[in-house]
Amino acid sequence: MSSGHSETINVTLKVWRQEGPNENGGFEVHQQTISTDASFLEMLDQLNEQLNEVGTEPLAFESDCREGICGTCGVMINGRAHGPQTATATCQLHMREFHDGDEIVVEPFRAAGFPVIRDLAVDRSPLDRIIESGGYISVNTGAASDANLTPVPKAAADMAFDAAACIGCGACVAACPNSAAQLFTSAKIGHLGLLPQGQAERWSRTENMVETMEEFFGSCTNHGECSAACPKEISLDFIAFMNRDYVKAKIKNRALAGQH
Amino acid sequence: MAQTTDQRYRVTPVRPQSRQYPFPLNLYQSAVGRKWVMAITGIGLIGFVLVHMVGNLHVYEGPAGMHKYAESLRTLGNGLIPKGAVLWLLRVGLLGMFVLHLHSAITLSRMSGNASENAGRISGAKKYEGGRDHVAATFASRTMRWTGPIIALFLFYHLADLTWGWWLGDAFVPGDPYHNVSTSLGNLPVAVLYVVANVALAWHIFHGAWSMFQSLGVNNPRYNQLRRGLATFLAGLILVGNLSFPILTQAGLINEDKRYCPIGEIEGNACLAEQALDH
Ligand code: SF4
Ligand code: FES
Repeated sequence: MSSGHSETINVTLKVWRQEGPNENGGFEVHQQTISTDASFLEMLDQLNEQLNEVGTEPLAFESDCREGICGTCGVMINGRAHGPQTATATCQLHMREFHDGDEIVVEPFRAAGFPVIRDLAVDRSPLDRIIESGGYISVNTGAASDANLTPVPKAAADMAFDAAACIGCGACVAACPNSAAQLFTSAKIGHLGLLPQGQAERWSRTENMVETMEEFFGSCTNHGECSAACPKEISLDFIAFMNRDYVKAKIKNRALAGQH
Repeated sequence: MAQTTDQRYRVTPVRPQSRQYPFPLNLYQSAVGRKWVMAITGIGLIGFVLVHMVGNLHVYEGPAGMHKYAESLRTLGNGLIPKGAVLWLLRVGLLGMFVLHLHSAITLSRMSGNASENAGRISGAKKYEGGRDHVAATFASRTMRWTGPIIALFLFYHLADLTWGWWLGDAFVPGDPYHNVSTSLGNLPVAVLYVVANVALAWHIFHGAWSMFQSLGVNNPRYNQLRRGLATFLAGLILVGNLSFPILTQAGLINEDKRYCPIGEIEGNACLAEQALDH
């Protein structure tokens, strides 16, 4: 693995196949011979080429950027969201993480909020519902304002940036034994709530996003599986921040706080 | 028209929003708010467990010391309000916290169950058919829903045992806790039961006392490291203190040889009270 040169390995793939949202699914077994330099998704591409050749329906899975920034990819690999490597999305995982003769179990991200569309592709639109419910932030339109017009403390900028790194992949939900979406939601709440530009609507945004989240997902019990699975290593600190802001939002006298 | 594809996969909420009650009831309607209730009642319950454990150390002073301690609980706030009133207030508060803690735990786990059971699969209740790997979750965090009910069942047993005297029958002497403790815990199976239940309690607190900081949003990089330490310390302290009772009773440290007064001595335990004064 660390020798730096590539080799070819044989792996047994056990992939989840499911024809539609309301169909029963099951595992299908395929043998793959693949270079350790290939990415995990390239291996699935290779499988699909083979399936195409014999005229069977290719495996449905999602991907877009293939460089860990869009959040489209994401499957459960050997019981771990995004596979065995930490701080990486499925598309950044390479076959050198596996050994000759390994069995690799591939399943879709599962949660009631993520119904399977087909095979490994799931509908993660509830995450969009959460974002939508967060609404807008107030900014002046018109001519572009001067750069650095709004002072942002360095510490807050750093923290907000960490939160903003969330790519919305949904691995946190998939990894959570409760199917809770706390890490995702708190990252979104955190990145606006920490910045001066996000202060005007801070409390209503927190309230709405949390309440929308609770429509689709489970309740957090602080296992910490989400953060361990997260390709962007979003911290559990944001969950605490969200929990604090949610209750504050309910208590706050918003008129006197000058915030909404 | 674009709508049709959307419609097909639109995800139905597992827990649609309902009309909000006025503050502060609306807090309890949300899961995040309910976790606050769990955390705050958890703090209260841990406080009780600690006081209960420390207070019971009086058993090592012998029958008279134990009697004096039990009596001092009944006379808390004496002179101001009728005898036993403070104790009853504490009991009612404790019961309230226990009920809230339990109710939020049950409803929240049902909520999580709805959000994950049968996910993506029409039959079968397992989240991942191919199994899953836990990376960060601890044994304690994953067994909260087991240790919790064990503690609740044990609590009932314990009250029936040493407060109501259901199991000891005629051997139970109201007002002589030393006698009751040594009789009950002198029985090996009972001692084993107490050990098992208190291990479960310590496991529960090991996760709970850490988790409550997150639920309450008490989080600061400066002292985040201390949170784990505090939870471990609390769980350890309660474990050692509470396990000492069944174990040392079995070892013969708590027994009736230490007694100068007849068991359950007459009206108001006059002899015990006298001994306690000498103490
Ligand atoms: S918090 Fe992490 S795991 Fe969750 S959606 Fe964002 S990037 Fe993915
Ligand atoms: S495909 Fe864009 S993050 Fe993996």
